[in-house]
Amino acid sequence: MKRELTFILNGEAVTTEVDPQWTLLYLLREVLELTGTKEGCGYGECGACTVIIDGQAVNSCLFPVMEVEGKRVTTIEGITSKDGSMHPLQTAFINEGAVQCGFCTPGMIMSAKALLDAKDKPTEDEIKEAIEGNLCRCTGYVKIIDAIKSAAGGR
Amino acid sequence: MRGYEYFKPKTIEEAIKLMGSIEGAQYIAGGTDVMVMLRQKKIAPRCMISLRNISDLSYIDTNDGLRIGSAATHSAIEENEYIKRRYCALNDATTHLGSRQIRNVATIGGNICNAAPSADTACPLLVLDARAIIVGPKGSRELALDDFFLGPGKTALEKGEIVKEFVMPRFDESTGSAYIKHTRRQAMDLPILGIAARITISVKSGSEVRCKDMFCTIDSISNILSRLKEEGMRCVDARIAMGVVAPRPIRAKKAEAALTGKIISPELFEEIGDIAAGEAQPRDSIRGEAWYRREMIRVLVKRALIKSIDRVIRPDEAIYPERLW
Repeated sequence: MKRELTFILNGEAVTTEVDPQWTLLYLLREVLELTGTKEGCGYGECGACTVIIDGQAVNSCLFPVMEVEGKRVTTIEGITSKDGSMHPLQTAFINEGAVQCGFCTPGMIMSAKALLDAKDKPTEDEIKEAIEGNLCRCTGYVKIIDAIKSAAGGR
Repeated sequence: MRGYEYFKPKTIEEAIKLMGSIEGAQYIAGGTDVMVMLRQKKIAPRCMISLRNISDLSYIDTNDGLRIGSAATHSAIEENEYIKRRYCALNDATTHLGSRQIRNVATIGGNICNAAPSADTACPLLVLDARAIIVGPKGSRELALDDFFLGPGKTALEKGEIVKEFVMPRFDESTGSAYIKHTRRQAMDLPILGIAARITISVKSGSEVRCKDMFCTIDSISNILSRLKEEGMRCVDARIAMGVVAPRPIRAKKAEAALTGKIISPELFEEIGDIAAGEAQPRDSIRGEAWYRREMIRVLVKRALIKSIDRVIRPDEAIYPERLW
């Protein structure tokens, strides 16, 4: 049986019908067609589905959609400015060559954003800890860490 | 896939009532275990009863000892300054569980009630003498955590019961604790072995044991222990808990008894490691073989104890020399 729920998605209130057994990831990708958020493993291991809920990085593949009621959700689509210009993290990822196949990138950027929102100048250890739940199978971690550092420095 | 209904009760009483009235219902807290089991088709509940929206279940109260609401997330526990200083073993466990994304939603109650032999918070709670406050259809009861685990995924919880909080006594400044998670990679891994220790020590007056150089060396553990022996450091009280060595997280009670009341020495620690290894029944698994686990118990029990002692002696060192411990 479908249920109606309302939450704030990328700054705008959204009211939508959901099936109680959906995950937030299913709602985002298959219903709202925000396919920037990726499904990698579906078990919370890879972090490709990371979104920010009320300021905290969360695996959307493990997040029951019914729990999103009234929460503020930010996805990779929601971090660009209103005029369409990229977020400093996105620019930094491009400049530092931190994108290879690109599949992990949205999750990486969301984890990094949650960190930078909470902390202006994170240490390298804090950066590593923030992205420890994000797998990059192109194994470009060094450049990803460089990119996050440079985005933090540029603020 | 058969669908399920999703309920979001606001109080514990409401949740318990729902559980009693619906066949095949499943409690869900952070969901990092339940949602995975669901996807793996290990469970097929008719309905989910969420414990996330129950107000006043995620508190951390440090006024007298420590009370942690079962819905407190690992992130919240990890960030608590009092726990960082006085309940180090619990901080060790919560900072090393899963990933940031997992810790942001996974709850301590869920970690305990899932009752995996590898549950990271189980060993710390065992050495910190935690008691579980359980609420159910027949009222509330209190249970020592040691009596809570029955086997892999099996707990003493009866149908409909919910763990409301974990209560731990207050420990003074002569007590330190540590949890060592032995893994192949730092994040997103289950332990090959998890060892927690808590020790209360006493030293003779005039002892120079608080001299920081005692630990700030690249010395071997046995040399450090020899120096502690010279200073006459005595173990007043001790707890040792081991994970992934038996069907459930267990206490090494014989090793604890052999340590209590003794002067700390290299020989004693050797013996404690051997006794603890003897109390374990590890098995071969994909993460490690039984003989290896048994060997590592010897090493890590010593290491966890000495790390605990270090935390008594040098409480202000921000992060203890990971190189050594």
